[in-house]
Amino acid sequence: MTPPRKKKMNLKQRYALMTRGLDWETSYQKMDDVFPYDTFEGIKITDWSKWEDPFRLTMDAYWKYQGEKERKLYAVLDSFAQNNGQLGISDARYVNAIKLFLTGVTPLEYQAHRHFSHLGRHIRGVGPRVAAQMQSLDELRHAQTQIHTISHYNKYFDGFAEFPHMHDRVWYLSVPKSFFDDACSAGPFEFFTAISFAFEYVLTNLLFVPFMSGAAYNGDLATVTFGFSAQSDEARHMTLGIEVIKFMLEQHPDNLPIVQKWVDKWFWRGHKVLGLVAMMMDYMLPKRIMSWKEAWEIYFTEAGGALFEDLSRYGLRVPKYADIATDEAEHISHQNWAIFYQYTQAAGFHTWIPGDDELDWLSEKYPNTFDKYYRPRFEMWREMEAKGERFYNNALPQLCQTCQIPMGYTEPGDPTKIGFRSSVYKDERYHFCSDGCKDIFDDEPEKFSQAWLPVHQIFQGNCGGADLSDVLKWYHMDQGIDNMDYNGSPDQKQWDAWQAARKKVAG
Amino acid sequence: MAGMVSITLQNNDEARPVIESILHDNPNANANYMPGAVKIDCPERLVVKAESVSERIGRDWDPQEIHLTIVSMGGSLDEDDEELVLSWGA
Repeated sequence: MTPPRKKKMNLKQRYALMTRGLDWETSYQKMDDVFPYDTFEGIKITDWSKWEDPFRLTMDAYWKYQGEKERKLYAVLDSFAQNNGQLGISDARYVNAIKLFLTGVTPLEYQAHRHFSHLGRHIRGVGPRVAAQMQSLDELRHAQTQIHTISHYNKYFDGFAEFPHMHDRVWYLSVPKSFFDDACSAGPFEFFTAISFAFEYVLTNLLFVPFMSGAAYNGDLATVTFGFSAQSDEARHMTLGIEVIKFMLEQHPDNLPIVQKWVDKWFWRGHKVLGLVAMMMDYMLPKRIMSWKEAWEIYFTEAGGALFEDLSRYGLRVPKYADIATDEAEHISHQNWAIFYQYTQAAGFHTWIPGDDELDWLSEKYPNTFDKYYRPRFEMWREMEAKGERFYNNALPQLCQTCQIPMGYTEPGDPTKIGFRSSVYKDERYHFCSDGCKDIFDDEPEKFSQAWLPVHQIFQGNCGGADLSDVLKWYHMDQGIDNMDYNGSPDQKQWDAWQAARKKVAG
Repeated sequence: MAGMVSITLQNNDEARPVIESILHDNPNANANYMPGAVKIDCPERLVVKAESVSERIGRDWDPQEIHLTIVSMGGSLDEDDEELVLSWGA
């Protein structure tokens, strides 16, 4: 006689068994000795079992779905490479956005992998520990798939080859690098707030949704595929972010001021880092889907508004300076592109003045600011270029001690005046681009006074020498190949040759 | 004002029956198409029913298959064997 068929467990039972059921209390070592890092930040947790993973994903299901995602992704990547997908993109200028992505973002995925692995060992509660372990694997997958995808572009375009070396050295890459260094050198709850909540939940949609949709629109089959494959993990990371915030706030009322301070800090830091994405969307996509300002309205003002309205029942308020960040969405992409145009000689990707149709698009999307403050500047630079007097800024800029961005941003409410703030700490004066960055420093001066600022390091003689060519060598940038304008670059010559060949074939 | 919840899915063959089910089961949902993806917004609450998707694809659909096509979301999520719910205040 065959035994009766066993009833299958439901999702909640499986989740309980495969996470909680795998945990144990230590007996011959104290729990505090086994998990030494999860108390020093002052976050009080009374009951770890209250943690719930809303997706209720267990390790076995995780492997199953990740395996399927990988098979699909690699089929596309292989096909893209086999069929010369690089010929089908909208324009070779587009590739410069991908250069910035690989040098600026991909190494952050690897940093996230490392630190989530640390949390996957060191968080006392088994629910978040398992979630952190999965996220650690996700982040490693993201780094690998991005490198793999972009390795195809590296065969045809300049600026990719030295990406890990550049990430640790180049002036503008210190912006995303220092953001992650700051998070990884914080305690576990601050890291969760920084990366899982402020970055993944509140801000990362701005990078991965409209920008990846832009990749699709510009014919970059490979990037959109890794982007959306990564983003499917990201949805899970977002639930981790929101759960960790709710969990901390529900566990003890004393946690609120600590969490609020972190939310304020990491919203502001994330907003500054994403200024690079603003520029990628408004200036570097030849075919555009939405402006940075529109993306900010959808993903921060609307989505963030609903989120913070929901969290207000715990006493959490909208991040400090959110109004100023929203005001800056009118300016940040234009000011950043202007910085890179002026310093194109030291950038690992190409720059250009937008064409008339692109300037018109910007005028239409930014009716309050573009014609008044930014279009005349780009038109003047275009005229200077035509006269053979292309403008280069040969002075090294002062950097903000906190976000490490050159101090080119303007005062809230006055786009004609550069913003400056400063603080004195142990008899030294430190400079900031904004009140947000100054507040962050003033709260942790011991930490931020040690920042590795690229311009200071060049002046101190730590970056290969005193001349631009010495520094470029130290960056591993090839003069006249990786840097300077798109017009006249080897990338452009090759792209034009491909287009000419295409016309010839078409007859 | 009711908080909007949202789910963004890839706009591909695998996601289309899921998108269709969501729009059928949530009359107040609104789909915004962009290259490669669809962002579906709905006031207060949005449900993805396994039964609806299963009917459309002619086999049992496990709500965890959402992991293959989801791009992003807004709201608090709750998932079991029958459905996946996004809402605020949960």
